[in-house]
Amino acid sequence: MSKNTVVNKLNSINEFEREPVPPSRLKGVKSFVGMYAGEHTAGTEFVIGPLFVAHGVSAGDLIWGLILGNLLAVGSWAFICAPISTSVRETLYFKLEKICGRNLVALYNVVNGMMFCFLAGSMIAVSATAVGIPFDIAMPELGDWLPTSLGWVITVFAVGAVITVVAMLGYEQVSRFANIAAPWMILVFVAAAFAALPELGVRSLGDFWQVANEKIWTGVPLEGESKFTFWHVMFFAWFCNMAMHIGMADMSILRYARKWQYGFSSAAGVFLGHFVAWMASGILCAAAAGSIAPGPIAYSAAGMAGAICVIIAGWTTANPTIYRAGLAIQGIMPSVRRWKVTLVVGLVTTIAACFPALVMRLLEFVAIYGLILMPMGAVIFVDVYLLPKFNLKQNYASKQGLSFYTAPAFAWLATLTCCLLLNQALGIDVFFLGLPGWFLAVLLYIGTSKMLQKQSSVSFEKVV
Amino acid sequence: MKLLLQLSSTLGLLLTIIPSLLYFTGYVPLSVQQHLMLAGTVLWFATAPFWMNKKTM
Repeated sequence: MSKNTVVNKLNSINEFEREPVPPSRLKGVKSFVGMYAGEHTAGTEFVIGPLFVAHGVSAGDLIWGLILGNLLAVGSWAFICAPISTSVRETLYFKLEKICGRNLVALYNVVNGMMFCFLAGSMIAVSATAVGIPFDIAMPELGDWLPTSLGWVITVFAVGAVITVVAMLGYEQVSRFANIAAPWMILVFVAAAFAALPELGVRSLGDFWQVANEKIWTGVPLEGESKFTFWHVMFFAWFCNMAMHIGMADMSILRYARKWQYGFSSAAGVFLGHFVAWMASGILCAAAAGSIAPGPIAYSAAGMAGAICVIIAGWTTANPTIYRAGLAIQGIMPSVRRWKVTLVVGLVTTIAACFPALVMRLLEFVAIYGLILMPMGAVIFVDVYLLPKFNLKQNYASKQGLSFYTAPAFAWLATLTCCLLLNQALGIDVFFLGLPGWFLAVLLYIGTSKMLQKQSSVSFEKVV
Repeated sequence: MKLLLQLSSTLGLLLTIIPSLLYFTGYVPLSVQQHLMLAGTVLWFATAPFWMNKKTM
């Protein structure tokens, strides 16, 4: 295929970045079940499970925390994100541009794109821990923050290059790949956990609960790690994808859904990935004497299939995340083709992936990432559902021709400032800030909208 | 042909999960379990793309 043919093919991919998805392009529920199952049975699951073990979660707290937190997460997708996505059918970025104005969205897009890059970077790093096994590359451990060797950097770049090329081809390729890998991947997680159990002394299922309490989720954190309770687990399970559901990033995906009820398909992702896979990877970590590197721990229990699973698990989450990052950055430069933006995003992501700190502090990063993006999801919620009830204008910046609307900017920054104060002054953990933060953002946006829209209509009447 | 592919894919998934249960219950050693899982993986990816999700997305 010539270079021009490839470029023409890439240019012809239309992802409806600045228009509603037409009815002819809507997708059936199977696509979303596969997408969510693939995306949330991911490379990060191989890290999050072991980090719960490191933070000394007890077995009972883990199970009940995950059940309740996952139910709340599915509810957030189904009752908040999906109904808005299917009524608007636009990307998060295009909708925000109409509410906030071009310049504020540019700022949001930079922050959002960076967060997505770091998240995708952590997944590239996870894949690299498996790719590096045959080359005997030294794997990063819990305390490593900087690149550990040249071999590690080369491996990360090789993995990053492949993932970026797939993401450049668009959502269809990403989704197809995730759908095919999902059923096999979750079985590998389960199989690896079963294979690791005899190492921990489990000879029959009857032994499991006792071993789980005594050797896996002991309730005692590793040295230097904080203690996690039921509440940490529940809020983490609910808010680890806060940017996607309450933060509305999944508008970009769910706008293709025929019905809002497809939001429930997220259950396939969270209950397989954020329950079964987190428990399975915790078991693997305990069987590997507390090792965190996903590639080696999966390889030791499931052999080559385990290592391949880690690689693919990293791919199926890194791909849509890089795709989303491409959309975010393209919001700043709409005239540049998405695939070119994705290429640059992939490079930045790959550089970030060289730093193991992204993986080792993943719990904190995921919580902060959701928190930073959440207020703009609250702004969209208010714009769609609440502003008409207060006789205020929706899509205000677009209607008034504003490039920077102060009300959402204030709601966003004031919410984050309050959350920072709660964290620093009162010592409230970052995992617990999302809930009060969302209500605060809603109230602030309604309040400032009332003030500013009233001022605007008064000054307009004076001019008339 | 599609049915044959689907049966092969199902066999691939069974080969992915069942060997670990056999290892857990002590019927096969770890190395056999790992080889069978790899065979299941190859079978799944060699057959599933030809029938699974062909029209969607």
